[in-house]
Amino acid sequence: MNRRRFLTTTSAAAGALMLPRASFAQDGAIKFGSVLDVSGIFDAYGTPMDMAQRLAISEINAAGGLLGRQVEIVSYDTQSDMALYTQYAQQLTRQDQVDVVQGGILSASREAIRQTLRRAETLYFYNVQYEGGVCDRNIFINGVTPAQQAEVLIPWALSRAAGKKVYILAADYNYGQITARWIQKYVTDNGGETVGVDFFPLDVADFGSTIARIQTVAPDLVVAPLVGGAHLSFFRQWAAAGMNTRIPLASTTMGVGNEHKVLTAEEGNGIMVAYNYSQELDTPANNAFKERWTAAYGDTSAIHEIAVSHYMGVQLWAEGVRRAGSLDRMAVIEALENNLSIEGPSGVMTIDPQTHHATLDVHLMEVRDQKMNVVESLSQRPPVDTQAVCNLITNPDDNTQYEIQI
Amino acid sequence: MDLAVVILVEVLYAIASLVLISAGLAVVFGMMKVINLAHGEFMVLGGYTVITAVGLGVNIFVAMLIVAPLVVGLFGLIVERLVFRHLYGRMIDTMLASWGLSLMMIGAFKMIFGNTQTGVTGPIPGLTVGDYQINGYNLFIIVVSLLLLAGMLAVLRGTRAGLIARGTMQRSDMAAAMGHSPDRIYMTTFAVGSALAGLAGAVMAPLVGIVPTAGAGFIAKAFITVIAGGPSLVTGLATASGAFGLVNQAFSFLVSPVIGDVALLVAAVVLLRLMPKGITTRFFRGRL
Repeated sequence: MNRRRFLTTTSAAAGALMLPRASFAQDGAIKFGSVLDVSGIFDAYGTPMDMAQRLAISEINAAGGLLGRQVEIVSYDTQSDMALYTQYAQQLTRQDQVDVVQGGILSASREAIRQTLRRAETLYFYNVQYEGGVCDRNIFINGVTPAQQAEVLIPWALSRAAGKKVYILAADYNYGQITARWIQKYVTDNGGETVGVDFFPLDVADFGSTIARIQTVAPDLVVAPLVGGAHLSFFRQWAAAGMNTRIPLASTTMGVGNEHKVLTAEEGNGIMVAYNYSQELDTPANNAFKERWTAAYGDTSAIHEIAVSHYMGVQLWAEGVRRAGSLDRMAVIEALENNLSIEGPSGVMTIDPQTHHATLDVHLMEVRDQKMNVVESLSQRPPVDTQAVCNLITNPDDNTQYEIQI
Repeated sequence: MDLAVVILVEVLYAIASLVLISAGLAVVFGMMKVINLAHGEFMVLGGYTVITAVGLGVNIFVAMLIVAPLVVGLFGLIVERLVFRHLYGRMIDTMLASWGLSLMMIGAFKMIFGNTQTGVTGPIPGLTVGDYQINGYNLFIIVVSLLLLAGMLAVLRGTRAGLIARGTMQRSDMAAAMGHSPDRIYMTTFAVGSALAGLAGAVMAPLVGIVPTAGAGFIAKAFITVIAGGPSLVTGLATASGAFGLVNQAFSFLVSPVIGDVALLVAAVVLLRLMPKGITTRFFRGRL
C-alpha cells in the first residue's frame, strides 16, 4: 500500500460518506422539520417549544400517525444564531427533504428562512407572536399580532394610568421597530401622546441612564416590548429604583418565555400583558393539556405562550394533512384555508384563509406573584391588521411583509 | 440640581461596577499573566451561590459578601490545582484551557439551574432625590467597590503576605531562593482572584440578572479595563475604570446606552494606541 493508494482510498471513502442519503420511499415516515433555538440566549423560548412539538408528535404517533404513517422529527438547534437558521433551513429542504418546517422564534429568524422555504416549496409554520403584516401563501402564522394584542392592551393600560403620556422602550430589530410604530398608533387612537421612543440592541443590560431619562420626561405609562434575557434587567432595575409603584408598566413580550418567573414577585407585580394563553386558564382543554405535559415532562413549569402556540401549530398542520388526505403542499394549504378550526389549551384557533393568520382568544393579564392572572378575556379576535393589507384569496402570489407607516 | 445628583450617582456606579468586574481579573491576569476567559462564569457562579444561599434562608448581605466569595474562591482553588498550575507562563494555552472551562461551566449552570431560575431582589429600596427616584442599591455597589480598592491596597502594601505576593510576581526565582514557595503563592493568588470575581457576580446579581450565559456580558469590559490599566494593580484598576466609566455614562446620558458602549470601546482603542502597555506605564508610575 503506497501513499497514493492510501490517499485515494480514504478520500473516496470520505466523499462517499458526504453524499446525501437517498430519500426514503413514500411508505416511510413523514418528516417534520424543526429549526429552533434550544441553546444560546433565546433558549428560554426555544426549549419549551421543542418540548411542545415532541409532545404533539408523540400524541399524533400514539393515535396511529398521519395517513397511516408515523411522523419523525428532524430538528436542528440554531443556537440563537440567525446565520444558522438560513443554513439549517436549506439543509432541511435540500438534504432532509422534509414535508413541513415549523420553527423560527425571533422575527429576524423567520425572515431569514421564509424566502428559502417558499422557493423550496416547503410548507412553513411560524408559531410565535410577532409584528404582523406577512403576506405569503406558503406560511401559516398562529401567534398574536398587534391588532390582537397591542390594540386591546394599550387602552386597558391607559385606563390604569394617571394620564395619557406614554414612553416606549423597544428591542432594536424588526419586531421592536414595527411594534413600536403600532403602539404609537394605538396610543394616538386612544387619545394619548407618545413622549419618547428608545430602541435597545438585544445585549444591552444597563438601563440606569434610561430610567433617569424616563423620569425627566415623566410619562404616565411605560410600554416595553423588550426581548431576551439581557433586556429583563430593565424590569429589575426599574423595580430597584422604586419606579414600579409609581408609573404603570405594560409589555407585549414580557412573559412569553416565562420571564415573569425569572423576575422575583416584587419585580414583576403589576406588569400588564395580553396573550393568547395563560397557565391559569381553567378550561378542560388546558387542564388536560397540562396533565399530558406533566406526564411527559414532570411539571408544568416550562409551559409558556409560544410553546402552546407551537403545539397548536403542529396540531393545525396535522389536521390539515388529515383533511387533505395527502402530504402534497397545495392540498394541505387548501385544506387549511377551508376555515380549519381546532380547539386546544388556549381555546379555539381558526385559520383565516385571507391572511393565513389565526383568529384566537386574547386575555388581558396582570403579573402577580410570578403568575399571569387573567383580568379580562376577549373571544375570537381576528387578525385585522394583516387583513387590512393582505388578501391571499384575490392575490395568491403575494410575497411581502407589509409594514405600518406612520 | 436633582438631575445632576442622579447623573453623578450613575457615573460613580458605572465606575464602581467596572472596578468590581475587573478586580478579580486584575489579580489573576495582572499579577500572574493568566488569561482567564472563564472570569465571567466565575462571576455567574457567585451570582448563583447568592441565589441558592438566599433560597436556603441565608441573609442576603451575608450571602453576597461572605458565602459567595468563599465558594467561588474554593472553586478557583480546585481549578488552579487541576488546570492552571500546569500552564503558568503559557499564555495562549491558558486562554484555550479557560475557554473550555467557561463552556463547561455554562453547560453545568444550564443543567443545574436551567433558564428560568428566579433571581434575587435588590435588598435596598429606591431612594428619592428631589423629583427623581434612584436605585439605592447603586450606592451599595459604590461603597463595596471603594472598600474593595482600599482593602486591596491595604493587603498588598501593609501585610507581609502582600509583600511576598508582589515579590513573587516580579521575580519568582528570587522569592524561591528566599524560601517562599511560588507554587503556593500562585495558588493563593488565584483563589483570591476567583473570590473577588465571585464577590463581583454576587453583588451585581440583583441588578443584572443571572442566566447561564450572563458571563459573556462581563468578560469584554473586564479585560479592556485590566489591560488599559497597566502594570499597577490598584491604581491601574482605578484609573482605567474611572476613565471608561465616565466616558460610558457621559455618552449614555447625552445620546443612548448603545452609544455609551461604543464610546467606551472607542476610548479603549484610543487609550491603548497612546499607551499600549496601559495607563500606569505613563501616569502614576511605580505606584501600587
